[in-house]
Amino acid sequence: MERKFLKTHEWYCEKCNKIGISDYAQHELGDIVYVELPSVGDPVEAGKAFGNVESVKGVSEVFSPVSGTVAEVNTDLESQPELINQAPYDAWMIKVTPSAPAEGLLSEEEYQKLIAK
Amino acid sequence: MKTIFEKSVPGRQALSLPECDVPLYQLSPELLREKPLRFPEVAEIDLVRHYTALSKRAYGVDDGFYPLGSCTMKYNPKLNEEAANLPGFTGIHPLQEQKTLQGALKLMYTLGAKLAEITGMDQITLQPAAGAHGEYTALQLIRAYHLDHGNPQRNKIIVPDSAHGTNPASAAMNDYITVNIPSGPDGCVDLEALKAAVGEDTAALMLTNPNTVGIFDKNIRQIAQIVHDAGGLLYYDGANLNPIMGLIRPGDMGYDVVHLNLHKTFSTPHGGGGPGSGPVGCKAALAPYLPGPIVTEKDGVYSLTPGGDKSIGTVKTFYGNFLVMIKALAYIETLGAEGIRLAAQLAALNANYMMARLKGHFPAYSSDICMHEFVISCEKLKEEVGITALDFAKALIDRGIHPPTIYFPLIVHEALMFEPTETESKQTLDQACDTILELLREAKADPAAFKQHPVKMPIGRPDEVTAARKPILVYTPASS
Amino acid sequence: MSTYTPHTPSEIRSMLDTVGVKSLEDLYSGFEDLWTKNLNLPPGKSQMEVIRFFTELASQNKLFGSIFRGAGAYCHYIPSVIKSLVSREEFVTAYTPYQAEMSQGILQSIFEFQSMIADLTGMQVSNASLYDGSTALADAILMLREKKKNKVLLSSALHPRSLEVIKTYLTPLGIQIELIALEEGKTSISDLTAKLTEDVFAVAIAQTNYLGIIENAADIGQKVKANKSGFVMSVEPFACSFLKTPAACGADVVTGEGQPLGMPLSFGGPYLGFIGTTEKLTRKIPGRIVGKTHDASGKDAYVLTLQAREQHIRREKASSSICSNQAHCALTAAIYMAYAGKEGMRQVAVQSLSKAHYLAQEITRLPGFELQYKSEFFNEFVIKSQIPADIIINACAQENILAGLKLGEYQTLWCATEVNTREDIQKLIDVLKQIKA
Repeated sequence: MERKFLKTHEWYCEKCNKIGISDYAQHELGDIVYVELPSVGDPVEAGKAFGNVESVKGVSEVFSPVSGTVAEVNTDLESQPELINQAPYDAWMIKVTPSAPAEGLLSEEEYQKLIAK
Repeated sequence: MKTIFEKSVPGRQALSLPECDVPLYQLSPELLREKPLRFPEVAEIDLVRHYTALSKRAYGVDDGFYPLGSCTMKYNPKLNEEAANLPGFTGIHPLQEQKTLQGALKLMYTLGAKLAEITGMDQITLQPAAGAHGEYTALQLIRAYHLDHGNPQRNKIIVPDSAHGTNPASAAMNDYITVNIPSGPDGCVDLEALKAAVGEDTAALMLTNPNTVGIFDKNIRQIAQIVHDAGGLLYYDGANLNPIMGLIRPGDMGYDVVHLNLHKTFSTPHGGGGPGSGPVGCKAALAPYLPGPIVTEKDGVYSLTPGGDKSIGTVKTFYGNFLVMIKALAYIETLGAEGIRLAAQLAALNANYMMARLKGHFPAYSSDICMHEFVISCEKLKEEVGITALDFAKALIDRGIHPPTIYFPLIVHEALMFEPTETESKQTLDQACDTILELLREAKADPAAFKQHPVKMPIGRPDEVTAARKPILVYTPASS
Repeated sequence: MSTYTPHTPSEIRSMLDTVGVKSLEDLYSGFEDLWTKNLNLPPGKSQMEVIRFFTELASQNKLFGSIFRGAGAYCHYIPSVIKSLVSREEFVTAYTPYQAEMSQGILQSIFEFQSMIADLTGMQVSNASLYDGSTALADAILMLREKKKNKVLLSSALHPRSLEVIKTYLTPLGIQIELIALEEGKTSISDLTAKLTEDVFAVAIAQTNYLGIIENAADIGQKVKANKSGFVMSVEPFACSFLKTPAACGADVVTGEGQPLGMPLSFGGPYLGFIGTTEKLTRKIPGRIVGKTHDASGKDAYVLTLQAREQHIRREKASSSICSNQAHCALTAAIYMAYAGKEGMRQVAVQSLSKAHYLAQEITRLPGFELQYKSEFFNEFVIKSQIPADIIINACAQENILAGLKLGEYQTLWCATEVNTREDIQKLIDVLKQIKA
């Protein structure tokens, strides 16, 4: 699966239109205890938050790499937020129907460089 | 330890009422509860043993040193409890006719006047139930003031990034947008950042002084000037009043409105998380918006006067946490002007003394003089041996000391924030410092063992991840 | 004067040396211009003088021999054991149980409190407490906010001060409030139906209501649900232990004033706000929540949980700013509920109900006194009299009786609980008779 990234540590698969958070992000957050996601049909906007992930002592917003509407939500995460810790690139959060192609995302290589800093 | 539900035996009951001396009345069955209560059935002795056992698994100021930063865990005088337990206070109904309540009303009036004097404010409401409730109420006053002055565009509250979380949360409850401004490394307001942040849309700046790092911000008058010139108001978060009470008044610093925490500064107990009391004081310009009723006095007669036309309304069913007010007034009466000043000074002395003894061993966030509290960091320890502020806190528990506040303020990494308060003796502080330094050596010598703390408590470190992922918030019998 | 500080002068000197300053004043150097010169407070007093001062103030309040007034603050019997247990210093002088390992006792007591509140209301989850019945009700309404709806309907028979608090809380947020009219002292279902529009996100009623009357809560719940609005019930705890549960009436959030559960009248506070709700709304609950988990060795352990909802983490995005709550009052209520137990709660409810009905019967036997409403009530009721309320109240006060609360010139709201004896009621009736004569 080819993935692109936002600087805020979200990944986006242009082929399947799925969005999640990176391995680096899940590691930094620690054990994720709750994921708050939008509903199917909600609009999302590139660079704007669409949900939250909570750890025991923290909460972080999750930003959308692309504009469009929510086509599907990974409901498994409601009862098993730990899936994000276990396999962040399988544990997609939402699937979107983009209204325009994503712009300005980082390639895998660029993202790896960013987090290596 | 078993829950009270697991100690239940069907048919047991502690409560015994007299025989009902009037005919029993029956409601029609369709109005009645569809399933019986599942409350525990225990005898009085079961109940006493259960709660006594629970109390032994708790730790209060009476048990030992409690340097929890920003919480001002000073000794809670027993005299205050006795005063608050007088039947003439506990037995009065909030809706009695006012002529039958003159003692209570005089008490509230007196407390209000004294708090106004201590804060340098013109008017006080005692209604808010806690600090955050006071903040909420004060922001309502600010909102009402700006609306009344034709400035609905003033919709932003500025808070330093070192502020308590209650500040932005209370602002949001009033539909305000929070603007965070960076603090300097000493937690003081960055004047340039403040100048850049204020404007036509500024409603107020919320600021503690001393700040959350325990430093007195000497620029306070300039800060007030900047905020006032922009048309905003200056709000005093009273969380840190203790080291300056009676010495420096928020009103004189240029603040327009304050909230106090009677359960911090004025020695009323925390009760395991409340009840507190969060009076709000304000300058005359904000007084018309105060919640009603307010106690007023005329010719020696005290009355509950409803809020005026411009009042924000009311924030509590009755008049506030009355019994807590009694305890605070008892404290002020006992100490008097000089005692209050001395208490403040000794709070600062105790914090500085502890800091002086510890700062060579930990990176301290200020090397200067602090006020009531100081912050040291475990960042270096974490880098060297992987011991975090949390690990250090848990080790202190095994030594019978309540840990300091950890991971706050957010601007300091691996923060340990100590507030010893004035009621601790030099011996207690010395012993605590010795223990802390000993633990520091232990942490470096055997970090793996250090991470096992606490081991002397009824439980080891709880699994908070499971608690949050699969919340169990009520008891369910094993059989169901 | 006592400062409760243990420092001797020589200790102060040696500590100042360690700090590296010469005097206590030096700790405040650099901002001398801000020092207060004259603090206008009297000098301190000895403890003996202080207690005398408060005893004198307390004596200026009138303690009534019997109380027939409720209206949000109720006189129930408080067993000695409650005061004894809640006075234990470990409970009184502890802070919020942030350090779970040394606070298991407090955490477990809160967990048990939550369990009893959930059971009482029939709901699935609860929290560690809120400020009082009114703020809890305002919080409950805010929990149900939805993006596209902006109106709440409030029963006119909510406690008038609760109505004010809700208005104060909702006004800055631009939420519209509409009141539902009453019929025979009950929330009018026809008025409710007429006002239930698409933009209503919550409807709130009290059970029993301010006038003491038992609402048709289940019918109201049905209407509210049919409109896809949230349903909030503010309950009196003894009524709640006895009447159809809010859960069975379709409530989404249940709140109440917990004062009747072992707290003295205390001129209105500290009291106790409680809340129960559905599992689905768990993360919308404001304030602290205790959860059960385990430690590494598998022992049961209790912790403050779901903290990422709260202000210290979520800051401006938190649903509420509440931090300190009414924990010690929650402890009091938990001990009371365990003391009364399953049967005792019902007995107090039955006696309160019976005494109130007896009281109403005796008062209305007198000429010129009648019940204002025909609806069924629990332990409070409104009397309409030919004699002005003020005269009734004054006459009773002279006989050391706190009469019902004046609601209108000729209307009074009366209350009875298990503590009012038949003899007390007879004495009251005699007083009322004499006014007539």
